[in-house]
Amino acid sequence: MRQLPVEGQLPFYLSKSIGGMILLEKLNKTYPGVQPLHVLKDIDLSISQGEYVAIMGASGSGKSTLLNVLGILDDYDTGRYLLDGKLIAGLSEKKAAIYRNKMIGFVFQSFNLISFKNAMENVALPLFYKGVARKKRNQLALEYLEKVGLRDWWHHYPNELSGGQKQRIAIARALISQPRIILADEPTGALDSRTTDEVIQLLSQVNAEGITTIVVTHERSVAEQTKRIIHLKDGYIESDNINIPSLTACSK
Amino acid sequence: MKFFEFDTIREIFSTMRQSKLRTFLTGFSVAWGIFMLIVLLGSGKGLQNGVSSNFSNYAVNMVNVWPRRTNMPYKGFKAYRRLRFKDQDMEMLKNHFPQIDKASGIISLYGSTVSYGKEYGNYGINGVMPDYKDIRMLSIEAGNGRFINNIDMSEERKVVVINQRVADNLFRGEEPLGKYVQIGGIAFMVVGLETKTSNDENGYCYIPHSTAQTIYNRRGYTDEFYFTVTGMDSPEANEAFTLALRKTLARSLIVHPDDTAAIGVWNMAENYVQTMRIFSTIQLFVFIIGLCTLVAGIVGVGNIMVITVKERTREFGIKKAIGASPSNILNSILIESVIITGIFGYVGMVLGIGTLELLNLIMENATGTGGDGPKVFLNPSVDLNIVLVATGILIASGLLAGYFPARKAVNIKPVEAMRAE
Repeated sequence: MRQLPVEGQLPFYLSKSIGGMILLEKLNKTYPGVQPLHVLKDIDLSISQGEYVAIMGASGSGKSTLLNVLGILDDYDTGRYLLDGKLIAGLSEKKAAIYRNKMIGFVFQSFNLISFKNAMENVALPLFYKGVARKKRNQLALEYLEKVGLRDWWHHYPNELSGGQKQRIAIARALISQPRIILADEPTGALDSRTTDEVIQLLSQVNAEGITTIVVTHERSVAEQTKRIIHLKDGYIESDNINIPSLTACSK
Repeated sequence: MKFFEFDTIREIFSTMRQSKLRTFLTGFSVAWGIFMLIVLLGSGKGLQNGVSSNFSNYAVNMVNVWPRRTNMPYKGFKAYRRLRFKDQDMEMLKNHFPQIDKASGIISLYGSTVSYGKEYGNYGINGVMPDYKDIRMLSIEAGNGRFINNIDMSEERKVVVINQRVADNLFRGEEPLGKYVQIGGIAFMVVGLETKTSNDENGYCYIPHSTAQTIYNRRGYTDEFYFTVTGMDSPEANEAFTLALRKTLARSLIVHPDDTAAIGVWNMAENYVQTMRIFSTIQLFVFIIGLCTLVAGIVGVGNIMVITVKERTREFGIKKAIGASPSNILNSILIESVIITGIFGYVGMVLGIGTLELLNLIMENATGTGGDGPKVFLNPSVDLNIVLVATGILIASGLLAGYFPARKAVNIKPVEAMRAE
């Protein structure tokens, strides 16, 4: 049933994709329960360094699950997942934490900032777990806040910030550990259209710096800004296309 | 593994500030547990100290024997004969009972006039032997002379040891040692100043037993015996000793064996051992109650830690997503738990000791002028080891209470953790 990408729709760099950043082979994931839910079915996917990918699909199509698996936030049942050439399977929590910290930055729909820490402390937190000294952490955090245009807001707590600001802070937090991949799960789901643009702009900017960026979204306008759109339906990859308009839009 | 880094501590304090109520509640149950334990144990100890201080005018192993009237006719003697102890009776008892350690006869006269210059007063005169000092735990401090000694005894010297009260009344600040006081018209040289009973309302003069026998016409006789006994730790042994003592004396004085009222025996040890038994029972009870309070505190800590961890599952999920390892999170919970129990345990300890001190002060004032009357409460104190062990138990229980729920929370996948509200 798996729909193979039609020749010519594949990005050229996928032809030899073993050296890619992300490689999924026949990946399956079932949520156990009274009625087990088979959410990911034989997913084959390859994403290279520096790509800007949107994963789309209706709710229940398995897109968030896929993102969680990619982010080592969740495990899978069968198949293989290679992240930067390393097999991600049956990792201990500790190992998973190390990979996450080193490789991946997360951006969530609900921001997931820590409510009792101010903007700077939130951004600096990943570095705390890397063992970076406090002074250095905070200085770096301010630099990244500058990048997302919120340096002047460093002492504000999440509940004093707008949704767009919170998400930009979350992006700064994702970036501070200099990850290879940014995984964004409905990053604009809780935002209005104006702030959505701001956030997407920021993500494009991040990608332009060479960080592999994967955005899960159900908004077409958001997906249009990326360079590759993957459609999921009922746990299958329905289509996987290069997004030409966004390519031109970004290159101008 | 950086378990106890300064940054980690700072991180923990920021989370503690964030949830002041929770921190306070956890801390309160710990502080309360320790506080109650200390107050209970200390009060028990204070009660014990208070009551045993009432024994301290005497050696706790003291036995006092005095003759009375017979109540039954026996071996040709009529009833109601007045008995008297002879010097030989004491020698006989000393030979007969190896338990007897120190021994002294005593000849007591109440209210003899003692004068020095123009000052005079009525004081108790006791003719005693050298051992009497230890039996009654009298104290003659360095520079205050000496007690009656064996030479005084054998030479029937006219020397006297006066207590502080007599010195205050007769000498008015003058140095009494070496001065002569008149007792019943006879001059005695003051050789010692006794200060143990300085709080006592009564003035006492101690003169050699032999001198008293001569002066007061009791040659060969004594009014009472005092001695200390050793090697008997149980009330049963003391009772047996008392019984044997009565029997032996009765035989020597030719008294009917069943005529127990004829000889008075006061065995302090018997009493003391019994009282101390009561107190060790009370202490045990108090300890159990304290322990139960402590358990309540432990349960409180455990409860709050369970809720805490549940409450913070989402926060842990986020932290894990951004790179915290499970041990990072586990450690921070455990250190937090230890810090809270440690700090508040200390607070409880300080408050508990403070309360005991206050209690002591109040009780001291309540019993009046510094201690004539019987005391019920004195120097409440708690064994520091018990406090430390209790604090240790609390910290350990805080650790355990934090550990199990934290481990569970830490092992939840970050996705699930973040979904939790």
